[in-house]
Amino acid sequence: MAVFFFLLASILTVWGLYVGFFVAPTDFQQGESYRIIFIHVPAAWMSMLIYLIMSFWAAIGLIMNTRLSSMMAHALAPTGALMTFIALWTGAFWGRPTWGAWWVWDARLTSELILLFLYIGYMALRASIEDPRRADRASAILALVGIVNVPIIYFSVQWWNTLHQGASVSLTKSPSMATSMLTGMLVMALAFWMYSIAVSLIRVRRIIRDREANAAWLSDSSGVQ
Amino acid sequence: MKPRHKRLLLVVVALALLGLGATFVLKAFRSNLVFFYTPTEVFAGQVPQGQAFRIGGMVLEDSLKRKDDGVTVRFAVTDSIENVPVQFTGILPDLFQEGKGVVAQGRMDPQGVFVADQVLAKHDENYMPPEAAEALERARKIKMESE
Repeated sequence: MAVFFFLLASILTVWGLYVGFFVAPTDFQQGESYRIIFIHVPAAWMSMLIYLIMSFWAAIGLIMNTRLSSMMAHALAPTGALMTFIALWTGAFWGRPTWGAWWVWDARLTSELILLFLYIGYMALRASIEDPRRADRASAILALVGIVNVPIIYFSVQWWNTLHQGASVSLTKSPSMATSMLTGMLVMALAFWMYSIAVSLIRVRRIIRDREANAAWLSDSSGVQ
Repeated sequence: MKPRHKRLLLVVVALALLGLGATFVLKAFRSNLVFFYTPTEVFAGQVPQGQAFRIGGMVLEDSLKRKDDGVTVRFAVTDSIENVPVQFTGILPDLFQEGKGVVAQGRMDPQGVFVADQVLAKHDENYMPPEAAEALERARKIKMESE
């Protein structure tokens, strides 16, 4: 399964980067530096989406008392943190030539940084508690408390004056960018999806193997894994 | 009620309360979360007095003037209602242009000139090739002439 998603991710990445670097035209204001959006925007979308999915699994684990859903939440956290980091990092690289600053404390950037801290906090809390079931519950509560940050990130550019520009692509209006630029970005977003699914599946398999090492069903099928 | 229904209810209620709390906090901090003030707010006296703040808006067309020393520029920031004159010594970002968005950090001097120590270019969410931008600009000029 994971191999299939990895394959999809690679194909989509090659396609998306090809469109992004060779097909999409230069931007009228920013010149070539705008091409960061082919990485930056998909990563930023993914960082928020993964947080929502992670909190969903954490909540299910908390409510239904199921182990596997907590393991899913656990498996998603590092990928979410990576996506947040990529979004912040590429944003800084783009901000220096475009805005004239690596970093500014505007609402969008600050709330995205808080998201990174939430991911790191989630992983740290989980790692600090030895009993996995207690770690599940404690980290689930942290994840659920942090969920208020996600709408803040998304709507920050509408609610407040920010240096970060508003959304070019949203559900409520038609996108304000040229078609080939949009294609490249959406293909890259899809590639990031596939990558995230692939690594999360692999990671959750590892977590299951670690945590259920003594379970009879696992030792029976260990050769098949 | 089964235990898991209880827990579901607990989580839902806790999230609702959390959301409500966050809404109030954000409303209370609304003014502190503003990255920049508009020229209208500057004239209305809604800016912090005697300390540095940021103003944002468009660079007024034909307002950019360079002083004789070559590094000091003066321009006006407008929100199409009020204009604030800005003075800045230093290198402007690449995207700085008349008619485009800008955010400047600094303080008001007694003459009502905003002395900036940092100028950032704020650009919009529109991405298009240069040819499309030119076509839009032509259309805008034709429309203006016909009016």
